[in-house]
Amino acid sequence: MSVIDWQPTCGLPQLRLRAQLLAFIRQFFAQRDVLEVETPLLCHTTGTDPLLDFFSADYRFLPQPQPMFLQTSPEFAMKRLLAAGSGSIYQICKAFRNGESGRFHNPEFTMLEWYRVDFQLPEFMDEVAELISTILAPRFPAKTIEKIAYVDLFLQTTGLNPLIFSLADYQAYSIAHDFPEAVDLCGEDHVLWIDFIFSHKIQPQLGLQSVCLVYGYPALLSSLARINAENSAITDRFEVFVEGIELGNGFYELADSREQEQRFDLEIAEREQKGLPLVKKDEYLLAALSAGLPDCSGVALGLDRLLMLLDESASIDDILTFPIARA
Amino acid sequence: MATFSTNEFKSGLKIILDSDPCAIIENEFVKPGKGQAFNRVKIRNLKTGRVIERTFKSGDTVEGADVVDRDMQYLYSDGEFWHFMVTDGSYEQYQATAAVVDDAVKWLKDQDVCTLTLWNDVPLAVTPPKFVDLVITETDPGLKGDTSGGGGKPATLETGAVVRVPLFVQIGELIRVDTRTGEYISRVKE
Repeated sequence: MSVIDWQPTCGLPQLRLRAQLLAFIRQFFAQRDVLEVETPLLCHTTGTDPLLDFFSADYRFLPQPQPMFLQTSPEFAMKRLLAAGSGSIYQICKAFRNGESGRFHNPEFTMLEWYRVDFQLPEFMDEVAELISTILAPRFPAKTIEKIAYVDLFLQTTGLNPLIFSLADYQAYSIAHDFPEAVDLCGEDHVLWIDFIFSHKIQPQLGLQSVCLVYGYPALLSSLARINAENSAITDRFEVFVEGIELGNGFYELADSREQEQRFDLEIAEREQKGLPLVKKDEYLLAALSAGLPDCSGVALGLDRLLMLLDESASIDDILTFPIARA
Repeated sequence: MATFSTNEFKSGLKIILDSDPCAIIENEFVKPGKGQAFNRVKIRNLKTGRVIERTFKSGDTVEGADVVDRDMQYLYSDGEFWHFMVTDGSYEQYQATAAVVDDAVKWLKDQDVCTLTLWNDVPLAVTPPKFVDLVITETDPGLKGDTSGGGGKPATLETGAVVRVPLFVQIGELIRVDTRTGEYISRVKE
């Protein structure tokens, strides 16, 4: 008879650490009058990003069974609350991403997502940095807060300009830095090259001494962020890194329903072209944006990774009760 | 041979990379929240022993390598080939070239059981037993009564290997050696 691994992969100290973290976060937002909310994890649509794979489920509601989707993030529903006049809100919930499993990934994970009405990105990034550095202070008391523009960071670290696709320079860099496979793997795909170089050569060095916020992502990587008002080549998006680990992603939120719809259509077309699972665009979100999303900034943080840092864990399994293999 | 997707990559999996058989040592899934997923993989080339890092796009597939390890008894060398026999009772024999036997040659003694790594049923590498017992054929006479072992002296063994031994060990004695480090372990009573 085989032995069944029924026990949790984390220990009691990690359960306590998580409980403390959740209590601290709720206190942090209570002091700032940010309202805790709950939105559905199971919805009729979800994000269309071709690089995010979702889980789908069958809803047997007669007479018409319909597909439903586990949310890759609570973003759309939270924006509907914002458009309905909720004011600043936060949520701690599970998010689901199919096929993502590894040392830093579990397909089901815990996300903290929050939105601040009338916050511009610089002010909002300060709040994100404050929350993270306070949480990590017991383990990393000496971390400073560092903000750096994506383009400057890329140039400083690699000598390459991420906004200008100079294939020959990118190829020469990959060969000189011992990852020649990038030449075939990335081909003539500008976005892929930037992702590759960033995740291999830049990210591992970020946040070794600081809570590092990288802002001003190239417009190519804009996702749901607004295009910067002064420079259309960049976008009002930031990411936060500690010890080379990506902890979160934030935007000055796109409020233009027509632009949002265009981005949905493009992503759905790309899904069709690549033969990926299809999902309809979220008409609820588009209608909410048309009704008017207040100017706001928002961010999603991976709480499991914050716990990994606090606990000095090598793998996400060490701080989860039951990772996917034994869920 | 089967193909494997990056999702199936795990330590020990044998794949073909740049036409060489390789073993995966470590596989790390790398994915930005918004962006392309990669698998950064540490791989040992089983022909050269070299360890390299290689990145794959997640979901890509690679060809598997038909690589197996089998226990075989070393029989003899005819100068050109080293001959081995499978120990499972089949009497099946394999011959390995000098390039395949490589460094293992200095530990090979008749009848010792080695591990042969086969690729498409052809020997790729020979791993000697972790410990071998060999006779000293040449060493300087040591001082009687010196049991400290401090410093030691070189000794040539029956297979031609040279190891450092304590001063009290003499020609004709049988000693045990750790083949992974090339270090003397002890004298062996016959």
